[in-house]
Amino acid sequence: MSWPSLTLLGQSLLSGIFIGALYGLLGLGLSLSWGMLRQINLAHFALAFLGAYLTYQLASVGGMDPLAALLVIVPCFFAFGAALHWLFARFSISPFNSLLVTFGVTVIMESLIQWIWTADYRRLESHYGEIKFRIGTLFVPFPELLTLLVAIALALGTWAALHYTDLGKALRAAAEDAPIAAAFGVNDRALALLLSGLSAAFAGVAGACLALSYTLAPSQIYAWIGVVFAAVMIGGLGNPIGPLIAGIVIGSSEALTMAVTAPAWAPLVSFSLLIIVLLARPQKI
Amino acid sequence: MRIPAPAWIAVAGLALATVPYFKLPAFYESFLYLIFHWIVLATSWNILSGYSGYFSFGHGAFFGVGMYTTATLAGKFDVPFLWTLPAAALLAAVTGVGLGWVVFRVPRLRGELFALITLAVTFVIGTIILNTPIDGGPGIYLSAVPIPAIMPTASATFYVLALVMAIGTLWIAYAIYHSKLGTGLFAIHDDEDVAEVLGVPTFRYKLAAFAISCALAGIAGGIQAMFVSYVTMGDTFSIVVPLNVILMSVLGGTRHWLGPAVGATVITALLYAFTAGDFAVAGRAAVGLILIVAILFLPEGLLGRFVRRRRRREPSPQPIGAGIAAMPATFAAPAQAGMNPLLEVRGVSKAFKGLQALDAVDLDVRRGEILGLIGPNGSGKSTLINVVSGHYRSDQGRIVFQGRDVAGEEAHRIAHAGIARTYQIPRPFAHLSVLQNVALTAMFGRAALDSAAAEREARYWLEFTGLAAKADALPEDLNLHQRKFLELARVLASRPTLLLLDEVLSGLTPSEIDNAIGTIRAIRDRGATIVFVEHVMRAVMELTDRIVVLNYGRVIAEGKPEDVMRRPEVVTAYLGKPPVGKPHA
Repeated sequence: MSWPSLTLLGQSLLSGIFIGALYGLLGLGLSLSWGMLRQINLAHFALAFLGAYLTYQLASVGGMDPLAALLVIVPCFFAFGAALHWLFARFSISPFNSLLVTFGVTVIMESLIQWIWTADYRRLESHYGEIKFRIGTLFVPFPELLTLLVAIALALGTWAALHYTDLGKALRAAAEDAPIAAAFGVNDRALALLLSGLSAAFAGVAGACLALSYTLAPSQIYAWIGVVFAAVMIGGLGNPIGPLIAGIVIGSSEALTMAVTAPAWAPLVSFSLLIIVLLARPQKI
Repeated sequence: MRIPAPAWIAVAGLALATVPYFKLPAFYESFLYLIFHWIVLATSWNILSGYSGYFSFGHGAFFGVGMYTTATLAGKFDVPFLWTLPAAALLAAVTGVGLGWVVFRVPRLRGELFALITLAVTFVIGTIILNTPIDGGPGIYLSAVPIPAIMPTASATFYVLALVMAIGTLWIAYAIYHSKLGTGLFAIHDDEDVAEVLGVPTFRYKLAAFAISCALAGIAGGIQAMFVSYVTMGDTFSIVVPLNVILMSVLGGTRHWLGPAVGATVITALLYAFTAGDFAVAGRAAVGLILIVAILFLPEGLLGRFVRRRRRREPSPQPIGAGIAAMPATFAAPAQAGMNPLLEVRGVSKAFKGLQALDAVDLDVRRGEILGLIGPNGSGKSTLINVVSGHYRSDQGRIVFQGRDVAGEEAHRIAHAGIARTYQIPRPFAHLSVLQNVALTAMFGRAALDSAAAEREARYWLEFTGLAAKADALPEDLNLHQRKFLELARVLASRPTLLLLDEVLSGLTPSEIDNAIGTIRAIRDRGATIVFVEHVMRAVMELTDRIVVLNYGRVIAEGKPEDVMRRPEVVTAYLGKPPVGKPHA
């Protein structure tokens, strides 16, 4: 094992932070729906990829700006998320069964994506990808930086909304104890629909970021599940900021692992972290 | 006459074993091989996950360990293929037991968290195998390994191997389903804490089920490695195996030994139909859709639904009350003068995050008495019961039962020693019939009867508590009064030496209370010693020989009921200090 140069380490660390931001962005919606609605939404990943493919389609075929595509994607995804929650509430699904049902949704979406866009790799070529600059000896790609900024903005914005607005306080009260909150005049059912819609919309945003920085393939959906779950559990369920911080920690440790050893060892970091978190502090989950 | 299921399995197995002699095209054998393969995987998964409710997403890991064991031994060390299968089983079981040894000790790792941790373990094992010389990246080719000539053709050999495995796995699943282990696993499924307190060794049972489940998956993996003759990490440690086995089991019914096999047959045939028609993608989508529909509309699975309907139509096989009169029903030797107390609690303390629920409690329970344990809400009565029965571990102090310190022992050992408790809010096993609920403690409690004797014992106590007519009902069909008596019947069936009754009368009407008081007297007359926690003072005064009063986790009074209730400190604890001598402003 030879130690890489300082520049290479710095570049690895930076790319780790960037990918960690995407972990956090993907984890944001997952954490909210798991922590506040007690639904484990595996379909969140498929939804993000659907968002990525839609961004790809609207931008490369429809000629839209990739970010403008969000104006279409976000409302549609919001509606989908609310509909999914309506279904769960209608059948009063347990947390565990929500995992199974959304597993089914994931498989259907994966098939849909594969049917429309085939199993081939797709890559969005946008003008954002051409913006590059350097900080010292480090190379900074713009799409990744954008992801980091979006992730920070959404995490902080959600946190502030939950803590400083009446709606946010009502949401937290309903998450704590829905019947009691309802007895105090909180419309917990409508709020749950809102939150579920919001989580799905966040998946759409994450999807757009994914399309800007990564090559897409339907099978990639499963590649993100373990590491994002690790980020969400380490960061704390229902906490909007925790997954981002945890994501960045995981992303950088993965990147350093890859720089020091072989890239194929990287999954070991996130999954080992997930196992350790589950064993060490299950009461926090 | 009913033909027992193992005979059916054997007949079906023998019939299917003749298939290779019809000289069908190899395609049919391979198709049936796939069905048997998935029957083994789904049924083995169900032995832990369906029976005990610990849904594992890690079945791919144990399947994969088996696959790589065979691939490595046969491909690199030239071990004959059949000899690698026991090694595959052993290694997979050891992996499972190692994981279970750690995970089953963390009480919160149930349900979705257990699912996630097993999934994570799958990828960790996969990553390790990929990056070490076991695989190293390119995968392992097994095309050079000779296939044993059990049958004239290779496809027939695999067919027969898979058939034997499928028959064997179904037989094991059937045997466990009807065994003490199976009963314990189903109790763990419904309420693990209660199962432990009633005498089910939950940790050991989960490990045993996990080991069997993993070993079977390991063998299936070993055979599959030879069948595909090329093993790669990506195809092995993927989400596909857990997805399929869960889907198959949920569709077929996880609460029945045959359910996963039914689901496996349906899904494999369906996927095959789609793949053969070049609709592989649509097939996957259909599988996803079936999973959703099955969870929403068929939560019990195909077989669960069918079996339940049939059970409702069939009348109870045994006339109620048959053979009950001759039951011996004594609990313990009657009290003898000069003996030590049955239970000595010495200096027991228990705190919850700074709240001192029990503060150096001392008390004795004498043989054959009914000891009333009273005190205001939050005084520590239920905590004391939880500590004595082993549900909570005391922070300090000794709990000596029949001369043996049981403080800190596992709850099921305390149950075996002869302490049984009821729950204030009844906690029956929701998916077991009333009869099964009661028979369970006869099997697992102090009595430790075999299943036939346990059922007779259970029928006796159902008669005793007036629930005989409800023997085949599910607990949800009972009203509160009946549920309270089910709690009672359940502890009585274990023939306990010491009975801890936690507010058995609360919520009952006055006439039901009269009825219950008579029942409790009758229990004491059979030699049981009773600790009676109750707020209904009429019952306390009528029934108890002695009273201990708790307040803020401390014993504040002890003695004859009529004396104790007159003491000022007891009156104060219940009603507050009288405002005597307080200057009014």
